[in-house]
Amino acid sequence: MATVRRETRIQRSADDVWALVGDPARLHEWFPGMVASTVDGSTRTITTATGIEMPEEILTIDPILRRFRYRITSVIVRQHLGVIDVFDLGDGSSLVSYSTDAEPDAMALIIGGATGGALAELRRLLETGPDASAQVA
Amino acid sequence: MGRKILFVTTDQQRYDTLGCNGGTLARTPVVDGLAAQGIRYERAVPQSVVCMPSRSTMLTGQHPATHGVWMNGVPLPVDAPSVAAVLQRAGYRTALIGKAHFEPYLDPFGRFTENILAIEGIPTTEQPWVDGSTGPHRGFEHLEFATHGAAGMHHYARWLREHHPEAVGMYYATLDASVNVNAAGGGDTDAPQAHHNQIPRDWYHTDWVADRTITWLDSLGADDDWFAWMSFPDPHHPWDPPASEMSRIDWREVPLPAGYPTDRAERERNLDDKPRHWRLWYDGELVSNYEAPRDWVPATLTDDQVREINARNAVECELIDEALGRVLAAIERRGWTDDVDIIFTTDHGELQGDHGLLFKGPYHVDALMRLPLVWRPAPSAAVAPAVVHRPVGLVDLAPTFCAVAGLDATDWMQGAALPVDDADADGRGFERVLTQWDSELFGVGVHARTITRDGWVCTAYGPGAVHDGSEGELYDLADDPLQQRNRWDDPGAASMRADLLADLRAHRPPARSPRLQLEAPV
Repeated sequence: MATVRRETRIQRSADDVWALVGDPARLHEWFPGMVASTVDGSTRTITTATGIEMPEEILTIDPILRRFRYRITSVIVRQHLGVIDVFDLGDGSSLVSYSTDAEPDAMALIIGGATGGALAELRRLLETGPDASAQVA
Repeated sequence: MGRKILFVTTDQQRYDTLGCNGGTLARTPVVDGLAAQGIRYERAVPQSVVCMPSRSTMLTGQHPATHGVWMNGVPLPVDAPSVAAVLQRAGYRTALIGKAHFEPYLDPFGRFTENILAIEGIPTTEQPWVDGSTGPHRGFEHLEFATHGAAGMHHYARWLREHHPEAVGMYYATLDASVNVNAAGGGDTDAPQAHHNQIPRDWYHTDWVADRTITWLDSLGADDDWFAWMSFPDPHHPWDPPASEMSRIDWREVPLPAGYPTDRAERERNLDDKPRHWRLWYDGELVSNYEAPRDWVPATLTDDQVREINARNAVECELIDEALGRVLAAIERRGWTDDVDIIFTTDHGELQGDHGLLFKGPYHVDALMRLPLVWRPAPSAAVAPAVVHRPVGLVDLAPTFCAVAGLDATDWMQGAALPVDDADADGRGFERVLTQWDSELFGVGVHARTITRDGWVCTAYGPGAVHDGSEGELYDLADDPLQQRNRWDDPGAASMRADLLADLRAHRPPARSPRLQLEAPV
């Protein structure tokens, strides 16, 4: 099992960031290449721009820790665990960490490699997006 | 009306696969003819020995440290400098047909423009350029992509699926079930990535690239100036040319390469003389990069496998040569020949049995570093045929295209227009070429910096998974053309080593900051 981690610092409070990150139905708003994310109970199904539908099991939504964990249950991976943590840096900004563990190893990089772009888009939306305040409303 | 440019690249082709470079296996009369009429470079060196960084250097005219594509899987930003954009702005019609690979292939999210264009079947899209303006993607008004087979999102795969679906499964599966480069053996010798491909030749990607290039050229006006980058995916593995063509060369008659020590003990002594990652990979104890099959152990390589792979590779080189001949005939039919510059090269080499190894990796030796490069200037330019012995780099291509088009090189280009002979090279300071390697794959990092100068190649390794920063390689190309005797620790070469390392440090290209992120395996 291989592991990939990406992180970014965002000049918004941890609560503001969590309001977006902690809502599993809004993933497609900040993850480039995802066109839809629908939630039914503990199952989320994401649809990519290439038309692939990937079912996921939501494992943890912890608003106190500000931790979101999920695993892809699609056959494209034998094992997968995705973890997003939002840390309060105490100065009005936050650190977001997005880790991906997967087997086969290459899938960790294929999936996890995309999370860097997702975090960059998350930062852009929250810091400079035209309706940044609306994003977390 | 100015000079037109046909830029022909192949993928992973060795210097010695061309007849004009002394190759005896593949018959390459078309490129040989261009070399006889033009300029043949004896020491053309890539700035990276893997595809994405090297191709990004061709396009940007920058070293990998500067354009930022430091390993395969790091996408070149869409607003990176592009010589195609410079030419397009100057009025050139521009196209890239075949293998681009400035962006990762493995892209289930559809995040990268190359994949999106292929999915949507459109020739280009408006993108930001380095100067803040916008224009067609990387300056190309027409893009049609192909790679090594029928898998993936590129245009050739779509074409094959739509027109010849029965052929899709004929190709070797480049990746295995674990999404690693496939180690499965095939052919007659069970060689990795060798395969009997029953696809008809007309449907093979080499001919498709030539066909599509001809179609695009035929769409142009007689007075158009144009820059066509025709980029063949071969002879990169898998080695699965159409089976109908394999009768050209009987692999059983193929001599073993000079760089392949047939005596196992000698082979392993040579490897032990090099930094540790060489032998560790050979023994299957270290996988430092994605580009070679993770489950293949080089120590298992047999003489017959080397013969068969070289035969298959040579057939692929012949098909490329013949495809290029068809394109040149099409250019002749348009009456353009006298005004067309043709540059033929590749992105990097292939080990192909040298040192007992196949594929590529952090190994800065001639197998990967000495490239075929031929420039046939437009006959109307009346440039005398020559052979250039001084070192040149792929970083020099973009300024060359500008010079052909009568444009000044831009300030972001780091090379210089290719010399037309050794006197020109000496007059303009073609002394050294730099190459770099960086890879970080699942906790294994390898970092190397290399200088080629004065007939020597010197590589210094930075700290990484198996190096502490003190290791290196030093080869005297005149005395040791096969790079089998590492003189890094030879006191007799100490002053040369110190001089080359100082020169390497002094000419280090500026590094992009912040560093671009790795986004896919390849």
